Amino acid sequence: MANAHAPSNMDEFLKGLWDENPVFVMLLGMCPTLAVSNTVMNALSMGLAATFVLVMSCILVSLLRNFIPKQVRIATYIVIIATFVTVVEYVIPAVSLAVYNNLGAFIALIVVNCIILGRAEAFASKNGVAKSALDALGMGLGFTFALLCLGVVREALGFNTLFRDTPWQFTVFSPRFEPWAVMILPPGGFITLGAWLLFFNWIKKRTKRTTSDEVTAHGS
Amino acid sequence: MNTVAETPLVPARRPASSFQMILTLSVVSTLSGLLLVFVYQATLPRIEANRRAALEQAVFEVLPGAETRATFVAGPDGFTPAEADAGNAGDVVYAGYDADGALVGVAVGAAGQGYQDVIKVLFGYSPERQCIIGFKVLESKETPGLGDRIGKDPEFLANFDGLDAKLDAAGTALAHNIVLVKGGDKSKGEIDGITGATISSTAVAAMLNRQCQEMIPYIMSHVDGLQKGGA
Repeated sequence: MANAHAPSNMDEFLKGLWDENPVFVMLLGMCPTLAVSNTVMNALSMGLAATFVLVMSCILVSLLRNFIPKQVRIATYIVIIATFVTVVEYVIPAVSLAVYNNLGAFIALIVVNCIILGRAEAFASKNGVAKSALDALGMGLGFTFALLCLGVVREALGFNTLFRDTPWQFTVFSPRFEPWAVMILPPGGFITLGAWLLFFNWIKKRTKRTTSDEVTAHGS
Repeated sequence: MNTVAETPLVPARRPASSFQMILTLSVVSTLSGLLLVFVYQATLPRIEANRRAALEQAVFEVLPGAETRATFVAGPDGFTPAEADAGNAGDVVYAGYDADGALVGVAVGAAGQGYQDVIKVLFGYSPERQCIIGFKVLESKETPGLGDRIGKDPEFLANFDGLDAKLDAAGTALAHNIVLVKGGDKSKGEIDGITGATISSTAVAAMLNRQCQEMIPYIMSHVDGLQKGGA
């Protein structure tokens, strides 16, 4: 953000996926990240549900940003967010009861997901509708991507399957592979998150080093 | 250049009056309420249809061989046919019939405290064979990978294919309790538990025993009321 020129719309969208990924960079929304990333389907449904709430709330917050008095802005944001969370809570069981049962209490808890209130307060309340929607979409997809990263590892090691309980279910390793039950349990969430954080920080460091090397090379 | 990002949180203007704040919150809440009513009305039929389909499928799963089903309410004077899933008071059972209309068995619900939360199950009972012929977990929040195997583990589920639940000579209670036993013999009403899920397996055995002790003497003495077309 130190750039002299304003970021383009594409940048607003892309930053959520990588540079400012809500889970891997900002470490927000840890509660659903650790709790419902034990299978790919759970991760995907949670990610998409949160993305929907995020995009809709940010559009509305951005539309109303000039009408909401500063003193009641947080209360208003919470009402808006809670509305869309309740919408999701009705829509998911209408689409699939199985997904609804798997996500359990975590659908209702999207309301307190820091990513959503964070984007409403930090971005949507200061920017136009199109920019806010793109920012929210990027952040939401970044969150979904992070959940999927955890979900793939945890399901493959913990159940030896991917997309279990769906028509696309398949076995990852040989059927004689003994699943690591710990990966599906909460400790597995922490272990996997730690491993991914290590990996992403390592990549970031490497890219930073190569770019600064290039700058020095050009400068001399 | 575009400096939108640098403008302060709320543009400088005089502080909002209480009226303005109340108005904003009222308008937003009203809109929110309207949207929720609309979504609730739009999704309700689908949600109810899904719930019904899940229960229907469960009834046929616990009564292998059943082709049609009927709902009955257990009253003081025997079974009375009921409207399907109308939220009836009292104990509801589902009778399943094969293609010829003969009674295959009765699906009965049971519930009990598990490791995390209440476990709800549906089991099928065959009055003819006097044993449990099917079992399905309807609702459970047991630990994934350990406790939730009560609904998925094939070896555990095999316990319920012909789990003996005979009545004693007086016909008022089971001849033997349904219990959890390591390496249990299902012809004596014994369930072989799951290693690593002792609490969940014990909970299943306990809830089945409680429900069977109560319902099976009743089912056996009123079984005529369950035949197709009623008694």
